[in-house]
Amino acid sequence: MKLSYGWLKEWVDVSWDAGELGSRLTMAGFELEGLTTNAGDPILELNITPNRGDVMSVLGVAREVSALTGQPVTGPALRSVSDQLTDTFPVQVNEAAACPTFLGRVFRGVNNRATIPAWMTARLHSADVRSVSPVVDVTNYVLLELGQPMHAYDLGRLSGEIRVRHAHAGERLQLLDERTVELSADMLVIADASSAAGLAGIMGGARTAVAPGTCDVFLEVAYFAPSAIQGRARRLGLVTDASQRYERGVDPALPPRAMERASALLTEITGGRAGPVTRVYSNVHQPPRAPVGLRRARLARLLGTSIEPEKVRAALSALQMKVQDVAEGWEVTPPTHRFDIAIEADLIEEVARVVGFETIDERAGEAVQSFPELARARPPEAAILETMIARGYYEAITYAFVDPQLQQRLFPERTSLAITNPIASDLSVMRVSLWPGLLRAAVENQRHQQERIRLVEHGVCFATSGGAVTEIDTFAAVACGARLPEQWSVAREARAPADFFDLKADLENLLAATGAEEGFAFEPAQLACLRPGRAARVLRQARAVGWIGELHPDIVRELDFTYPPVLFELAIYDALRVDPAPYTEVSRFPMVRRDLAIVVAESVSLSALRERVILSSSSLLRQCRVFDVYRGPGLETGTKSIALGLIFQDFSRTLTDEDVDRNVASIVAGLRVSLNAKIRE
Amino acid sequence: MNAAADLVSRALAAIAASGDLATLDEVRIRWLGKRGELTAALKSVGALPTAERRAAGQDINTAKERVQSALDARRVELERLQVDHELVAGRIDVTLPGRGEERGALHPVTQARLRIEALFARAGFDIAVGPEIEDDFHNFGALNIPENHPARALHDTFYFPDGRLLRTHTSPVQIRAMLARGAPLAVIAPGRVYRCDHDLTHSPMFHQLEGLVVGENVSFANMKACLHGFLAAFFERDLAMRLRPSYFPFTEPSAEVDMSCVFCAGAGCRTCKHSGWLEISGCGMVHPHVLAASGIDPERYSGYAFGAGIDRLAMLRYGVNDLRLFFENDLRFLRQFRAF
Repeated sequence: MKLSYGWLKEWVDVSWDAGELGSRLTMAGFELEGLTTNAGDPILELNITPNRGDVMSVLGVAREVSALTGQPVTGPALRSVSDQLTDTFPVQVNEAAACPTFLGRVFRGVNNRATIPAWMTARLHSADVRSVSPVVDVTNYVLLELGQPMHAYDLGRLSGEIRVRHAHAGERLQLLDERTVELSADMLVIADASSAAGLAGIMGGARTAVAPGTCDVFLEVAYFAPSAIQGRARRLGLVTDASQRYERGVDPALPPRAMERASALLTEITGGRAGPVTRVYSNVHQPPRAPVGLRRARLARLLGTSIEPEKVRAALSALQMKVQDVAEGWEVTPPTHRFDIAIEADLIEEVARVVGFETIDERAGEAVQSFPELARARPPEAAILETMIARGYYEAITYAFVDPQLQQRLFPERTSLAITNPIASDLSVMRVSLWPGLLRAAVENQRHQQERIRLVEHGVCFATSGGAVTEIDTFAAVACGARLPEQWSVAREARAPADFFDLKADLENLLAATGAEEGFAFEPAQLACLRPGRAARVLRQARAVGWIGELHPDIVRELDFTYPPVLFELAIYDALRVDPAPYTEVSRFPMVRRDLAIVVAESVSLSALRERVILSSSSLLRQCRVFDVYRGPGLETGTKSIALGLIFQDFSRTLTDEDVDRNVASIVAGLRVSLNAKIRE
Repeated sequence: MNAAADLVSRALAAIAASGDLATLDEVRIRWLGKRGELTAALKSVGALPTAERRAAGQDINTAKERVQSALDARRVELERLQVDHELVAGRIDVTLPGRGEERGALHPVTQARLRIEALFARAGFDIAVGPEIEDDFHNFGALNIPENHPARALHDTFYFPDGRLLRTHTSPVQIRAMLARGAPLAVIAPGRVYRCDHDLTHSPMFHQLEGLVVGENVSFANMKACLHGFLAAFFERDLAMRLRPSYFPFTEPSAEVDMSCVFCAGAGCRTCKHSGWLEISGCGMVHPHVLAASGIDPERYSGYAFGAGIDRLAMLRYGVNDLRLFFENDLRFLRQFRAF
């Protein structure tokens, strides 16, 4: 809200200059957001919080300044305008709860082309309000000065009577700004005998608006309950000076005073003559201002400091509250303009605000001891990220909403949750995977001539099933480009683009950190976005916990990747939950190693081979390593040779050659029978 | 000069002249080998008259020892020279880069978040979490922001067709933590939040830190101490802090937290708009309605809550001046954050 320093001085004596006043108001809860000048008059831009609609006027700020300085609120002398006419216009309020007070007054002989005083236009200008016509300017002036919105109708265009009623559902109204809106039944309108003439407390209608030629005016000054106005303007995409104030609460005692102020200005400037004030008032619907208790002990306990009783009384009285001493503390009745004082905590805030937050000394709190769950229940995020970073990855943070087209292309089988009001069409569905965001980031980096890309991300993905949405804490990685960073002393092979097995090493390294790597398996599987034959489901104890694979060549082309990205994704809780296996004894006896080259059909996987080796061997077999896979000359087409390093060891003795030979023979026989394997000599 | 002495002087000359271990070995064979000159000389002693044999034998043995010891010394010397030579030949350029993978980097926002989590963990706070898709009750209603409340206009909310929404702040985690754990409790809830707002200083997704302490005697004074302690620890300096009255529907009293500008130490600069202060957090005493909605008796317990932007804390710590950089994931940007 913009406030003229000169105008404020008319209402309260301020010795501070505008800058100092701004600092003081900031520390009282009305933050100075800018300080400019308008024809030599300093203009303060204040941020008025939504609970303090009563401060959205010169009068309101003057009251706060008065509480800070002790200077009284004065303001220009009120001049009452006596009835110069007998004319009235009938007013009927159907909704007394929504409109407990309605004042109306007829003015005739108004010259709406009269010259508007320069001081008035200057002050309107200082608040960014455009000068329109004498009648409109007067209503805006009083709104800015007292905080009372009002509306002037061209009396000649009103038919029959004024009726305050709810809109009919679907009723249409053309507003002052020429927009036509469709109303709903919870909106309050000011209608005449024919139709709606304005949206109560928000904006008047075009049909009954005053024009330069208007000479008879009906002026409305009303109190509308905040609950009758709140949210309606926003629903219609409107924010007006009136709606902002009514939503927050306009002083219900203000309309008579505002009517007098407006009448005086109107008759003075336009030469019009005023009729008697029509007053429709519902006593039972006036907002109650019940006394609120404030306990000394509670005040001290909540603030953590004790404030002298005289200071409490003085602080509240300075805010025009009625303060009465009672046994435990005080009983406080807020003034009519305060809509934000309903409970004890509200009063504690007011006391603290006026004495100043800086007077409350810091005091360390009592320690709370608790032992939160550690890594076994919650994956150790920092260690997971650090593990990947040590292997060359950069952590990315991408938006949780992604491009629906890309997501659909990658995951046609998954349902996306769409946002009703996205900021952009390519950020309009919640991600079902971290891959759309990571691939997008990889593409962007490639565009910036980054040839070797390693990214990881940790974030929530949104799985939709039926109407239910599950948030899955997810960890994903993408690798694209050379196996190792460009350097001077590595073999050619290290310069090749990263492939499935490079990423798998990174993944296995992570899985090993669970302490339960034996429980993981990689199962060949298909996912639409992954290259067939180079994709696997990651299983932990036979349960699916993630995916790894190379991006489908079609998508590689569509996204214009130079090197095909390899990706993995894990449900972090299931996949990386730490579950260390118990310690096993280390044998003190020597190991014996035998190497075997086994020729099997291409279709035989290593895991099938290894399973057979273990089944065919005794418990002396400690490890079964793969150290080569060969295809080519010397082998039949459709077969491959897998070189295994078998390591035997016993816990109680040194193994003899015969022990090992027996085991190897048993393994060879087992493989021959089950997998039709041959031993390559 | 007798024959032995002559042999020795010739042998020593040959030893001194041998430039490598192989030549030295040839010299050894020539003089001390089975058919070596000194060996032959010793054999020839047998042919001498008995009276001369003894002295001649002694002379030759002494000569052999001298030659042997010269050979040993020369061997040690040559071996050392060979090592020296190998060391010279094996020199490398130590300024060439190391082989293998290079370290990546943690995102600066995550670095800031983990730092915050570690600091609060040491102060006895646990971490609480909540869903990113929330319902109206947790995001607004339970936080004392009813439908049509003007404060809702300050939250540009993303909605889903069924009325659920993307949480606009981490405050709903307050409600969930209180409902799940009861009082007393001390938690922080760092997390992603969403507002449909996108410009220089606003990102539609950003990170917030929520803090909540509830207990029988938790006060405004405690809140000041906690926030001041945290800010000083996070920025590793003694900085001034001030609280300004403000408004949040879910706290009463409410305050904005300003700290002295970390770039100009309060003198005034562009970052703090020449005010010397940086707005860093919102805070307040938990509104009794919020405690009650979370099943905690507001008469018996009180609490404080605070919220701060993790991205903003990260921007201030690393001197990043554009929020959007955090979400572009440009490797040239991320590479600058490789430090622990």
